[in-house]
Amino acid sequence: MGANIANGIGASALRKEDQRFLTGAGNYTDDINIPGQTYACFLRSPHAHAAIRKIDTRAAAAAPGVVAIFTGEDLAEAKVGGLPCGWLITDVNGQPMKEPPHPLLAQGKARHVGDQVAVVIAETYLQAKDAAELIEVDYEVLDAAVDVATATQPGQPAVHDIAPDNVCYVWGHGDKAAVDKAFAAAAHVTTLEFRNNRLIPNAIEPRAAVAQYSRSEDAYTLHVANQNPHVERLLMTAFVLGLPEHKVRVIAPDVGGGFGSKIFLYAEETVITWAAKRVNRPIKWTAERSESFLADAHGRDHATRAELALDKDGKFLAMRVHTKANLGAYLSTFASSVPTILYATLLAGQYATPAIYAEVTGVFTNTAPVDAYRGAGRPEATFTVERLVSAAALEMGIDQAEIRRRNFITSFPYATPVGLTYDTGNYEATLAAAMKIADVAGFPARREEAKKRGKLRGLGYSCYIEACGLAPSNVAGALGARAGLFEAGEIRVHPTGSVTVFTGSHSHGQGHETTFAQVVAERLGIPFENVDVVHGDTGRIPFGMGTYGSRSLAVGGTAIMKALDKVIDKGRKIAAHLLEAADSDIVFEDGNFKVAGTDKQVAFGQVAFSAYVPHNYPLDRLEPGLDETAFYDPTNFTYPAGSHICEVEIDPETGVVRVVGYTASDDFGNVINPMIVEGQVHGGLAQGIGQALLEQAVYDPDSGQLLTGSYGDYAMPRADDLPNFKVDTQVTPCTHNPLGVKGCGEAGAIGSPPAVISAVIDALKELGVRDMAMPATPHRVWQAIQSARA
Amino acid sequence: MNVKLSLTVNGKAVAAEVDPRTLLVQFLREHLRLTGTHVGCDTGQCGACTIHLDGRAVKSCNLLAVQAQGAEVTTIEGLAAPNGDMHPMQAAFKECHGLQCGFCTPGMVMSATALLKDNPKPTEEQIRAGLDGNFCRCTGYHNIVKAVQSCAAGS
Repeated sequence: MGANIANGIGASALRKEDQRFLTGAGNYTDDINIPGQTYACFLRSPHAHAAIRKIDTRAAAAAPGVVAIFTGEDLAEAKVGGLPCGWLITDVNGQPMKEPPHPLLAQGKARHVGDQVAVVIAETYLQAKDAAELIEVDYEVLDAAVDVATATQPGQPAVHDIAPDNVCYVWGHGDKAAVDKAFAAAAHVTTLEFRNNRLIPNAIEPRAAVAQYSRSEDAYTLHVANQNPHVERLLMTAFVLGLPEHKVRVIAPDVGGGFGSKIFLYAEETVITWAAKRVNRPIKWTAERSESFLADAHGRDHATRAELALDKDGKFLAMRVHTKANLGAYLSTFASSVPTILYATLLAGQYATPAIYAEVTGVFTNTAPVDAYRGAGRPEATFTVERLVSAAALEMGIDQAEIRRRNFITSFPYATPVGLTYDTGNYEATLAAAMKIADVAGFPARREEAKKRGKLRGLGYSCYIEACGLAPSNVAGALGARAGLFEAGEIRVHPTGSVTVFTGSHSHGQGHETTFAQVVAERLGIPFENVDVVHGDTGRIPFGMGTYGSRSLAVGGTAIMKALDKVIDKGRKIAAHLLEAADSDIVFEDGNFKVAGTDKQVAFGQVAFSAYVPHNYPLDRLEPGLDETAFYDPTNFTYPAGSHICEVEIDPETGVVRVVGYTASDDFGNVINPMIVEGQVHGGLAQGIGQALLEQAVYDPDSGQLLTGSYGDYAMPRADDLPNFKVDTQVTPCTHNPLGVKGCGEAGAIGSPPAVISAVIDALKELGVRDMAMPATPHRVWQAIQSARA
Repeated sequence: MNVKLSLTVNGKAVAAEVDPRTLLVQFLREHLRLTGTHVGCDTGQCGACTIHLDGRAVKSCNLLAVQAQGAEVTTIEGLAAPNGDMHPMQAAFKECHGLQCGFCTPGMVMSATALLKDNPKPTEEQIRAGLDGNFCRCTGYHNIVKAVQSCAAGS
């Protein structure tokens, strides 16, 4: 594929969205103000686990500006339902997972610090906040189950009565007997126990919503910072509020980052949508950052024991993984699927490991719900696989690159023992490219040079794979998904030949308005400037499953391609009429419909004009107009993969780890806009390096208080924490979508944590250090050095 | 008891009466509807609300509106030339793909312009240190640093 026009496929087109973002003309949810709007403030539980004996709202109701106050009791009376979970996991005994109620406002009990207990609606936000402080809640504080590793032990308090041992499910995947047999015969077994640290997504735009009810139309409009407005609407109307879907319009305008945390249906926007009719006023709610920390769905938080069996030559024989995954206090929208379907299916990585078994225990705790965060299950799987591989190489004295090469999958399609079929890839190519760019050959000299300065250098590898392009709906359905995972696209050709594209994907930083326009401009042979992309509005877009799982181009882009096929097919018929030729003789090239083998042609714009001014038009066999919609359901996942190499330098006196080199060679299939793809990789790397070195959500193990509840306590990566990145792409086109694309949004966050941790261990290995927990903070690294020296 | 406030915002004189606890960022966003200045945290750490106050980059969530009494304030809306041409820093951010979701961008651009005013030819390390008070969760800062370098090279 190559660009036939300016800013076509393969060009680093500058982004259409940047003009508004750079000049302050962006339109984020909190920027939206509706005449007569009120403001909501949620009163949140200060306790991790508490029975609510009584809520006294009298003083608050009398406070200045208060319009209304609602509690869980009011919602129960109004028969408002709880939040649904979108994925049913069936446990090892064939039983459905435990699904406790997830009320919008606490009913009877608060189950985590930050759980919503009441909402105050007032004329101004400050009045709502002042009044919320006047609500008196009589709590009976209960013991809390906080840590995922211990919450299932006997004697721990139960978060929900229906799960007295705090187990939501025990889920098994793979051939256990074959794995046990392979382990019994192995020459070497590598075993690791580790935590995949809990993270807080921290999109810089806090969640926000503005809900409004129109009495004249008996309809609702909700503006919400969300990654998938149609899914939001479906879940909210059908499962919670019992409203007819056509009476609710959900608009996700400019959204300031998502990283998974804005996929989910949350209580706050649901409550204010319901309340907008009750108070007959628009209601705005914007989270304060402290609320984001307490009440956005968190990510990761696994406790894992993993084993790799190898033969004497370092060939992998089998892998066995036991993971306890923290689900938090309630099942968030896709919580159940993240540590199961999106985790265990990826444990083959890039390797031809013949047998794999994983057992995952989903655990309720008195902490914020845990759900998808950039990578969602796949970073956890990659960390498991790549740390095992690096540790095995170290234990067996095999070179880090060599052990990987010995085990790479080299022929495709390849069916893994954990249920996926990789369609294509070239793992040798990305590893070779990464090693060259990272100058692995020059590393020993750099290590020596650092040593002279008293510093320790290390090199870490990670060869990751991910399953993206979610998902074939029938496959997802068989695995428990309660939704389809197709995408929709509409191409509206205007009479003068310019085009509006309506996509069910949603851009919250990914640049769809640019990338999708490049695809359409290239396919139709029209100027990039003549294509606009509309997303994020259930009132304008046919349908959509939204953006997550690096799916937008592979699934949403394909829906657009299918709609373009229909446009061109109809255009061909119109052109045949205009050119007085047979339909079958018309070809479409470079924006012109041509009679094959002649110089007779008509431009795309003329055909569009004819479709809307059908004076000379085949009205007997063709409808006027040129506006086509397509729905696309993928036939397989896509499998982006790559090799990352991290180089760190450690100051043994302070334990400070500095990333001095980071190289990523990724295979995303064909690339539409290299500039945007590089940007996506950079951002993912920052989050992955953040996980490895800086970030960790910490709850007090006894009280369940979130100790990292502000930017003063939760270490977000800053500009001076990160290096410049070297990024490269190798291309094996995806075989089952017309663009040949795989997806790039999550790769950086998936590939990087094990590369960083393995680099730290490599730097410290001469001291005898063999393991390092995430995040590898200066304190932790310094302690490891001290204990190794002791 | 409301307080009388007068100041200059983006070259225009502004007078208002505000609740004394109104933050400068609230005044800009809610009273003047200059919504380009964003709020990303409530603890003065994310930098999304950065503006220029008498030529210095400040976090407008860390000031009361009344502290800007008589001051000259520039927000992202006032950075471009009157004819609409982007400021060279805005243009550099676009050219270098120094933004993705755009939410931190106004604050980042305001910090970056102040940085170059103080130090027209900064090293990469100085740029990274200078932007330390502005979070970006999308870009990994790589292209932001590139944009500032590119702007410095061009000016």
